[in-house]
Amino acid sequence: MFQLSSEGKQQVLNELKRYESKQSAVLPALYIGQRENKGFITPAVIQELSRVMEIPESQINEVFTFYTMYNKKNVGKYHVQVCRTLSCMLNGAEELVGHLCEQLNTRVDQMTTDGRFTISEVECLGSCGTAPMMQIGDKYFENLTPESAMNLLRTMK
Amino acid sequence: MAIQETKYLTEFYHLPEFKGIDGYKKNGGYVELEKALKMQPQAIIDEVKASGLRGRGGAGFSTGMKWGFLPKNNEPRYLLCNADEGEPGTFKDRMMMEKAPHQLIEGMIISGFAIGSKKSYIYVRGEYDQSINTLETAIQEAYKAGYLGKNILGSGFDHDMDVYRGAGAYICGEETGMISSLEGLKGQPKLKPPFPAVQGYLKKPTIVNNVETLAVVKYVIRDGAAHYKKIGTEKSTGTKLFSLSGNVMKPGNFEVPLGFPLKDMVFGLGGGMKPGRQLKAVIPGGSSAPVLNAEESNRALLDYENLAQMGTMLGSGAIIVIDDSNCMVQCLSNLMHFYHHESCGQCTPCREGTGWLDKITRSILSGKGRLQDIELLLKVADNMKGKTICALSDAAALPVLSFVPKFRDEFEYFVREGKSKVKGTAYKGHSYAEMHH
Ligand SMILES: Cc1cc2nc3c(=O)[nH]c(=O)nc-3n(C[C@H](O)[C@H](O)[C@H](O)COP(=O)(O)O)c2cc1C
Ligand code: SF4
Ligand code: FES
Repeated sequence: MFQLSSEGKQQVLNELKRYESKQSAVLPALYIGQRENKGFITPAVIQELSRVMEIPESQINEVFTFYTMYNKKNVGKYHVQVCRTLSCMLNGAEELVGHLCEQLNTRVDQMTTDGRFTISEVECLGSCGTAPMMQIGDKYFENLTPESAMNLLRTMK
Repeated sequence: MAIQETKYLTEFYHLPEFKGIDGYKKNGGYVELEKALKMQPQAIIDEVKASGLRGRGGAGFSTGMKWGFLPKNNEPRYLLCNADEGEPGTFKDRMMMEKAPHQLIEGMIISGFAIGSKKSYIYVRGEYDQSINTLETAIQEAYKAGYLGKNILGSGFDHDMDVYRGAGAYICGEETGMISSLEGLKGQPKLKPPFPAVQGYLKKPTIVNNVETLAVVKYVIRDGAAHYKKIGTEKSTGTKLFSLSGNVMKPGNFEVPLGFPLKDMVFGLGGGMKPGRQLKAVIPGGSSAPVLNAEESNRALLDYENLAQMGTMLGSGAIIVIDDSNCMVQCLSNLMHFYHHESCGQCTPCREGTGWLDKITRSILSGKGRLQDIELLLKVADNMKGKTICALSDAAALPVLSFVPKFRDEFEYFVREGKSKVKGTAYKGHSYAEMHH
């Protein structure tokens, strides 16, 4: 069972009125559901959104599976998304990911045993002039070296 | 004389105050909106047409002409700003939104007035959190100041604006994919015609333009088409923001007149290669643009016609520089992984083709390639061209059709020796994850 908080529910209802068509609220509502479910979406989240929005589950599910920013499984407290695309690769993205995985004793897309980190590789984040880079939560961290990135993660508790 | 930028759109980007409405107004902000609201909408469209402005999002289509495709009636219509910026190598729109949100908003209100639209959306890629926050704050400021809402500056023109957050899908940068996404659906492109200008968001006429394109509209109104046309070349007018990245000393966004030598971009503004490295190749217009070798790069000019003549394109203005320490097989494979990941899967040639290109390049990288794989790459890519709903399929094929012939020795060496000619090793995959799984 998953239930939106009263604040979350109100936000979903606001999104329903915000756009010219009700269906347009599906993307923002999925973000709200994800935030209220510790960062990932389950069938129960879809059910709840469907109930509140009065939009069929199948329609919400279809959208959920199409986009990469909706997490399909539990990720660490810090989801470390390292860009792997060309400009970042040319500036050492592979070494960066390799170093982080080694230091944290984990693999790409596998949550660390303490639940703190998941390291993922993602496609170009529009920060190619400050490569290599990564995104954690909403924030960009740019011009990284393997060491500077790892030092940053060490400060995240 | 040192090689310099031409700061036309970016004149005030160094001022932090330019981001807020007061600082923006102090530096010429919203003056052109007042001017435009006193013009006839058709006169604005004519001016934009006469300026020669071409879309800055990739295709380079005439902006005034696109606006002219709208039905000539009072049917409601939408303006949709494309701020999805997903083309690898491109990071100019992010800078524009974060440093000068009002410049875009002003350009959009003027454009909305010209095309008779009462509602516009800025579709921003979901990862651009800071851009979204900056724009939302700026839109509120514009409402408070009376530049948005009902009866703007007493002109009788109403216009509302809102931001829509994407959720991670390159294909939503394609205009019909973007419209599907804005409708709250999967971001799958639709067959054209009908073009969005006739049938777009909620089946209503919709104009989709890139961030940079819409920002330029303000300057066409400020200086007039005749002046604007003097910048750049005859058919590629104005300045353009280029995102320079890869193996250069000083990467970044640079604004130059169209027709600017690529060599001056890479070695002048970009500071050239690292000590001891040589230029090997340049992708001049985002990851979909065919690659140029060093000799071609040294004579290319950054305008639509010259790059087309050289068999490539200006695209989104993303210049990716590759030096001689890199393996071209690995670079191509990196891009094929991207296109495979981003294909929306609707069309068989694209879905299957991107899968094959990804798989074959990866197999070569692992040292297990066969000589016939090189021909197979070319054949698969050739079969993906011009057969699909949107241009992603072509965008994936074009790098193959340029990397392989131009750097054939590296591909042949790799399949013959089982290792990279440049790096001396093979790879298990083309990303860290694949190497270690
Ligand atoms: C696969 C694909 C991705 C695209 N991504 C973008 C993008 O991120 N930003 C953009 O402005 N245009 C993008 N475009 C081009 C748009 O479809 C459209 O032509 C453009 O937004 C029109 O605006 P303009 O005329 O101002 O350039 C993309 C096209 C394709 C085929
Ligand atoms: S060409 Fe590819 S991305 Fe475009 S609609 Fe077809 S399958 Fe989707
Ligand atoms: S290639 Fe990494 S941010 Fe663009």
